[in-house]
Amino acid sequence: MAFFFEVLINGLLVGVMYSLVALGFALIYKASDVFNFAQGDMSLLAGLALVGFLTVMPLWLAILCTIGVMTILAYGTVYMVFRPLLARPPLILFMAAIGLSFLVQGIGQAIWGTDAKGLNIGIPDNPIEFGEIWISSFDLIFGAVAGILVLLLVLFFQKTRTGRALRAVADDHEAALSVGIPLLRAWAVTWVVAGIVATVAGIAWGSRLGVQFSLSLIALKALPVLILGGIDSIPGAILAGLVIGAGENLAEVFLGPYVGGGIQTFFPYLVALIFLWFKPYGMFGKEIIERV
Amino acid sequence: MFYRECGNLKDSYASDMAIFPIPLDRWGVGVMLILAFIVIPFAASDYWLSSIMIPFYCFSLAALGLNFLTGYAGQVSIGHAAFMAVGAYSSLILYSRYGIPLIPSVLGGGVVAAAVGAVFGIPSLRLKGFYLAVSTLAAQFIIEWVLTHWKWVSGGVFGTIDTPALRIFGFEINTATEKYFLVLCFLVPLVVMGKNLVRGHLGRSWMAIRDMDVAAEIIGISLFRDKVTAFAVSSFYAGVAGSLVTMTYYGAANIEEFNLILSFHLLGMIIIGGMGTVLGSFFGAGFMVLLPILINQTMLTFMQRVPSDLRANSEAIVFGALIVLFLIVEPYGMARLWQTVKDKLRLWPFPY
Repeated sequence: MAFFFEVLINGLLVGVMYSLVALGFALIYKASDVFNFAQGDMSLLAGLALVGFLTVMPLWLAILCTIGVMTILAYGTVYMVFRPLLARPPLILFMAAIGLSFLVQGIGQAIWGTDAKGLNIGIPDNPIEFGEIWISSFDLIFGAVAGILVLLLVLFFQKTRTGRALRAVADDHEAALSVGIPLLRAWAVTWVVAGIVATVAGIAWGSRLGVQFSLSLIALKALPVLILGGIDSIPGAILAGLVIGAGENLAEVFLGPYVGGGIQTFFPYLVALIFLWFKPYGMFGKEIIERV
Repeated sequence: MFYRECGNLKDSYASDMAIFPIPLDRWGVGVMLILAFIVIPFAASDYWLSSIMIPFYCFSLAALGLNFLTGYAGQVSIGHAAFMAVGAYSSLILYSRYGIPLIPSVLGGGVVAAAVGAVFGIPSLRLKGFYLAVSTLAAQFIIEWVLTHWKWVSGGVFGTIDTPALRIFGFEINTATEKYFLVLCFLVPLVVMGKNLVRGHLGRSWMAIRDMDVAAEIIGISLFRDKVTAFAVSSFYAGVAGSLVTMTYYGAANIEEFNLILSFHLLGMIIIGGMGTVLGSFFGAGFMVLLPILINQTMLTFMQRVPSDLRANSEAIVFGALIVLFLIVEPYGMARLWQTVKDKLRLWPFPY
């Protein structure tokens, strides 16, 4: 039983990371209808930038500079890519995001190199014992950081003027425009927020797996999370991340040996598919009511 | 002046329903066919035939398949490379393990892919938009997993099957020119069939579903039948394309070739080429196949001193930037560009 809980808790902690990436997707989708496929590449870029900055400056400054890079990326993307594509069909925006993902990947790797780099930001990675369960202190600390980040985001969206403007934009573009909210600036701020979320995810995954190309593939891990929770739902992204993280880990450990292993790659999709058959807009997604 | 639609009187139902009602279009298609069948095989070098024309044709076919699904029926799929893989593996299993002749095994690969595609099309009954798109990713991952983990499929060695010698009626296909003709002889009938399919009842039902599926259901279109058919037909084309590209270009069925990136490239082909047009599939495939080669060659000429990984990254940058730029300049694809050219040529060089 202790083993079961160990697998479960480790799965939940991995799920927190999935939630973070899915959160970035959900934020941007809600605000601008862009299914931002470059979210994973933004994490990669953040990781690469952080590793690059760490060689010449202390940690806190490096993180600030990384967020600066993400801000430049956010403004560049919104004003150079998505402003000319305003009011285009969602599929075209999606394709633009795929193009963007090539672009971000290429830029990041051209500046900071293609080779895998280790990232050590000084958080200890020792197993801590709780009864019979062993949990990595790194995962635990990052779980807490992610929790604080989500809390800050909630405060930002609920209590600040900018946050309220962003929620208005997410609700209805035209209504937001008509009360004088600058749409493009709101989008840019949303992209910055998504960039910060991507940075945290990039640091977490980068410290674990090294900063390299495969970091951008965590986007694929986040997609089933996203549809399970509902594409435009932030609580959905968080909850579904935990469900998928735990479910995937449990399935790999307890089910994997019977079917030949490696089922982690598609198990989340299977879960999401089965769930969506009953609730086609995910757990908390906005249901679209159609009429002729 | 140069593109004339007038003076073209239809005096029978047959001429009213013709694929190319305008004589100029008929001539144009005739010229293209002569080019494809006679000029290119004799004028082009082996490198051009085997590394550019063959993949171009195969990916055009796959893009056409995806265009049925996404461009005509409006169901986005980002797992289409997996259906190509299914076609590739099953046709090679049929051909090399069971000794079935080449043509039936290629078509058989397509049929197996169609069956698999139909199964993965079932969620489309409930899911829409990006929910559906992400769920088609499930096809990509599940099929990749099956092909690498089930020993029976791959024969056990690294999930690859080598292509044996290709034979049709005892005639061996070895050279680039012969392979080129093999691909072309599959391509032309399938494209004609596809063009007729989208002009007919099924194609119109698909377009109705694309435009508004609730309304389509009300006027009596069976959503279940037509959405699943769209997935099946589309996967059939992908499967045939996959088996052809494996037999004539890659040389061995390998799951690595049919990864997610290829799925995105296919989607890029139809979006850049033009959704909901047969011609657009060819334009898009040309763009996506030729562009990386072009970028690569240009980089080689101008940036020889630059280390190779930087070159690879600059390729990615240029590729991504060109996709974005193209979408900004012409969001409805190259087919629309062609339409604009035709509209202009109607009057040009006269002002009106």
